Amino acid sequence: MRKTAAYAFHHSIPILIGFFPVGIAYGLLMQQAGYNFLWSGACSLFVLAGSLQFLMVTFFAGGVSLATVAVLALLLNSRHIFYGLSFIDKFRSFGPWRWFLIYSLCDENYSLHCSHDFGPDVNEKWAYVLTAALVTFYWVALSMLGGLVGSLIPFDTTGIDFALTALFTVIVVDQLRGARTRIPAVVAAVSSIGALLLLGPDKFLLPSLLVTVAALTLLRPVLEPKYAEGGAAV
Amino acid sequence: MTLSVGQSIAIIAVCAACTFLERWLPWLLFGRRAVPKVVEYLGKILPMAVMVSLLVYCLRGMQFSVAGAWVPQVIAVGVTAGLHWWRRNTLLSIAAGTVCYMLLVQLVF
Repeated sequence: MRKTAAYAFHHSIPILIGFFPVGIAYGLLMQQAGYNFLWSGACSLFVLAGSLQFLMVTFFAGGVSLATVAVLALLLNSRHIFYGLSFIDKFRSFGPWRWFLIYSLCDENYSLHCSHDFGPDVNEKWAYVLTAALVTFYWVALSMLGGLVGSLIPFDTTGIDFALTALFTVIVVDQLRGARTRIPAVVAAVSSIGALLLLGPDKFLLPSLLVTVAALTLLRPVLEPKYAEGGAAV
Repeated sequence: MTLSVGQSIAIIAVCAACTFLERWLPWLLFGRRAVPKVVEYLGKILPMAVMVSLLVYCLRGMQFSVAGAWVPQVIAVGVTAGLHWWRRNTLLSIAAGTVCYMLLVQLVF
């Protein structure tokens, strides 16, 4: 168990580092919107989805119906539907702990679950559970810290929300570096920029994702062989 | 806070429920049977496409008629991506890109 805990901590360190500016920025933004560290901690614990939580700050300004909130939350997080596909059988073998792993299946936990690499002295189930628990704890604790720091040290934070864009940029760069093919990135870039120019900033994301899924489905005969060579794609 | 405590809790509850539902959906649909091959293929190939779309989503507010509404974004994304391609240090890339953007919007534009 000690080895499993040590492994999980080691495996989760990149996320702790990556969460640092984003969690602090999120707590600060919430504080500025009039929501203290208890609110940012509650959002992080119950929602556990960085990009949606940043969007929720705009919901808290008012004027958005709950139906709109639901539609935007479903659209923004629709990528999460695909995360579980690789873990259907594995998580089911973990008994009741699967519910925690499903709840905590955010971008960061997904990327860690895809990149597990442990020896025989590490327990598989607890490696998954402890890694996800640490990532959840980092996110909740850092967003609360951001709220507290923001209330103690007021300074000009204009532009700090760019941390989210920077995090996505870093994930895209990592994916491009490790990719067997970059065609999905090109398809998504063309589709999303095209949709943005045609439909405007408020309505483009879902149509562009649907076009991307359709295009990638059509390209399956070309792309699937590239993923079949060698081990699991991340 | 412009909303009441109850309204705020309702927003959190809706967002938490929608997020959990989407994370749970694969088990709801395929928990008891084999995953169709095309869905398995999309599961492998979509993460890269989705992250690129999300990056575009983050930058959707850029306006090319005003220098201050696109130059800082282009420079900061370039700094973040270039630094990360070179050093692969997540903290360094995010911190440098964010500080760069903050300096540009606060001091230059």
